[in-house]
Amino acid sequence: MLGTISTLSVSAGPTSELHTVRTNSGIDPTLAIWNWEIPVYLFLGGLVAGIMVVGAIQQLRGNGRWERRLSLWGSAVAAGLLSLGMLALFLDLAHKAYVPRFYLAFKPMSPMSWGSWILMLAYPLLGLWFLGSLADEQTDRLTKKVPLLRLLRGVRKWSVEHQRAVLLAIAGVGIALGAYTGVLLQTLTARPLWSTGLLAPLFLLSGISGAAALMMLWKVNSGTFRDLLKWDLAALALEALVLCLFLLEKATGSAIDRMAAKLLLAGPYAGAFFGLVVLVGILAPTVLEVFELKHAGRRSILAPLLVLAGGLALRAIIVSAGQASNYSMLAGG
Amino acid sequence: MGKQKRYAMAVDTRRCVGCSACVIACKTENAVPLGCYRDWIVEEAEGDFPDINLEIRSTRCNHCDKPGCVQACPTGASHKSDGGAVLVTHRKCSGCKACMAACPYDSRFVHPEGYVDKCTFCLHRVEKGGLPACVETCPTRALTFGDLADPDSEVSKLAHSRRVKTLHPETGMDPNLFFLV
Repeated sequence: MLGTISTLSVSAGPTSELHTVRTNSGIDPTLAIWNWEIPVYLFLGGLVAGIMVVGAIQQLRGNGRWERRLSLWGSAVAAGLLSLGMLALFLDLAHKAYVPRFYLAFKPMSPMSWGSWILMLAYPLLGLWFLGSLADEQTDRLTKKVPLLRLLRGVRKWSVEHQRAVLLAIAGVGIALGAYTGVLLQTLTARPLWSTGLLAPLFLLSGISGAAALMMLWKVNSGTFRDLLKWDLAALALEALVLCLFLLEKATGSAIDRMAAKLLLAGPYAGAFFGLVVLVGILAPTVLEVFELKHAGRRSILAPLLVLAGGLALRAIIVSAGQASNYSMLAGG
Repeated sequence: MGKQKRYAMAVDTRRCVGCSACVIACKTENAVPLGCYRDWIVEEAEGDFPDINLEIRSTRCNHCDKPGCVQACPTGASHKSDGGAVLVTHRKCSGCKACMAACPYDSRFVHPEGYVDKCTFCLHRVEKGGLPACVETCPTRALTFGDLADPDSEVSKLAHSRRVKTLHPETGMDPNLFFLV
């Protein structure tokens, strides 16, 4: 049965125009298949990755300033955020009953397949981190409340005995998870804006800065706060550098790359990109945090909140603008 | 054992008048839902007045040799079948839409039942010796389907005797939908 045919016209470069009767939902006039769910999933996945990287490395450094309870909270919060992220991913699926299919196959060339399995690796590692971070009295108290935990005493013992190996694995999987969120988009080469190897480090660094910011909002001692501040500033500086390289690569690349860059630099996403990602997400919190670093004792919740808002905006804008970038901008499709 | 088949379709842009008979034939043959299209007509106007060229073409999934959609699919639902046609196994598709983002031709859509759907080259007809519905219907004989691996097939002869182009060759996906220009 043929529906009402409406027509679409798409500009396909300076001297070309496409006209088609196709009006597939989510495809026309430009791709819009991923809405709020995917940016939220990428943002939460990045935060979890950042918590794993920052927490595990800080604990490994063992400078005495890292509080054990941060590892405890970090692992629990990370598991919760990961579950929320996976819920967002699940909500995005059009064929929800078929979600087990992700785990009935491993497709080595599909980043989404890798990501599904990396997510599954993260849960047991976060569990080991949580158990290994429990103090003896906390274990006793929890065991009384949740008798099932008695079964996990052996696991806790193993985690404590192999703490270094567990922390290294947590940091490693954290890096893989953070990078995966960028690789997922990067390999979809039909979308020119995403077609760059820089998305992986960009999303990983954004995840690390977001995680440091999130932990700065917790009740931590001044030494830990200062360490987190340094993590955040370093990650923000590197994120700004990678973002510049990303824009430079696109703005000076092939014709299709330049058209994709234009979406962010001068097109419909420019205002949100410069306002929310560059100003709110990177520049403003950097200035505030440098001030806080120089004036020890001052703590503002504004800077971490700005970093978190900027991290979410970064994913939302890259996902949306990336979908709007396509080869039909250059020639017929 | 016979030579591996390589199904391809040639679209003669000098014959296509954009009548949409191929679109209607496809929708009827494959029960394509309301508002969804497995094939469609594109009119591309190029140039500046008075040097303007209008190309009309019937287009669909390009059934690429190196399909980005198959690579992106995490469950193996998107796959290449015998003859190189790119298909989706509905009972394996989770509707993650990664294949849709990976397709430079935007030739896939989400079926109202949840899985991703697209042109199949009407393999259910081809396997019985028939032609895809769009090819059989085309009143101007603008569409030619066949085995590109067979040098005697009509599609091979057209591909070698006429000037041809593919869409977005820069993506490196090696499409099997050719346009005779």
